[in-house]
Amino acid sequence: MKMQTVKQAFIRSVPVMAGYIVLGVGFGILLRDAGYGALWSAAMSVFIFAGSMQYVGVGLLAGGASVFTVAVTTVMVNARHLFYSISMIEPYKNAGKYKPYMIFALTDETYSLLCDGKTPEGVEPELYRFLVSLFNHSYWIAGCVIGSLLGEVLPFSTAGIEFSMTALFIASFTEQWLTSKDHIPALVGLLGTFISLLAFGREHFLIPAMLLITVALTLLRGREEAAV
Amino acid sequence: MMRSAILVAVMSVVTILLRFLPFIVFRKKTPKYIAYLGKVLPPAIIGMLVVFCLKDITPLAHPFGIPELIAAACVVGLQIWKRNALVSILAGTAVYMALVQLVF
Repeated sequence: MKMQTVKQAFIRSVPVMAGYIVLGVGFGILLRDAGYGALWSAAMSVFIFAGSMQYVGVGLLAGGASVFTVAVTTVMVNARHLFYSISMIEPYKNAGKYKPYMIFALTDETYSLLCDGKTPEGVEPELYRFLVSLFNHSYWIAGCVIGSLLGEVLPFSTAGIEFSMTALFIASFTEQWLTSKDHIPALVGLLGTFISLLAFGREHFLIPAMLLITVALTLLRGREEAAV
Repeated sequence: MMRSAILVAVMSVVTILLRFLPFIVFRKKTPKYIAYLGKVLPPAIIGMLVVFCLKDITPLAHPFGIPELIAAACVVGLQIWKRNALVSILAGTAVYMALVQLVF
């Protein structure tokens, strides 16, 4: 059962591997160019473990931002994690000793793998979720450190490999669509974000999108709860 | 370097606080409204992330988002057909890489 759990968790995490290694290498290169070597890359990937924040963080470090600016920027960039945590309160409630680490490691990608609350047959659910989080974290650390050490010396063109992240989210979206009868929340997410993108532009649309989605889902609550 | 270490620590601590906050605030009992949000948010947020990933498409300039559209259609089609996320993601990414490197 333990082996089965490790195996299933690994299989589940494989789609994230390519994306994390590529994004991590990109980060490592960027950070090295800003004058911070592999130890910094390792420290940031171990202790922050938030891809977009680490990219933004390179600019903050290089630009000598104040502690206050860094704190506020982190809240803005990572506010969406509040939403992930809210939806994982229920699935993570029996996680016990694994729980603190699982909450710490709840990235966009880990969330997209675990947010349906389902686990494969024949696995220990808590250990499975913990291992998926841990595997993803290790790919991220590996990518960031490799990026710092190797730089741009890659034997083949990886142009376009960043699409693996997009593909991961599209596959999760499709799978949720197929397994759910109620498509309203999914449509609210797509449309709300799209409207927000048109209204606020690509630099500033994420927080308005989250607010719009929350308001829309709140207004639809009576209807949605009647539907279940 | 001390200053940079402090900034990294701030990024780490703030990120950790954001991730832990809902679990701490709603530790005892989750209000019905929050439980409702927890149930309907996952599909909505995945939808949001899909749009977020596609935000840099230029519909009015070369390559008009065509590689993304084709690759995304492959992912959706394969997922409906095979129901295997790994297959959909690897194939969709391979198609996208071939399109941006060889065609566009």
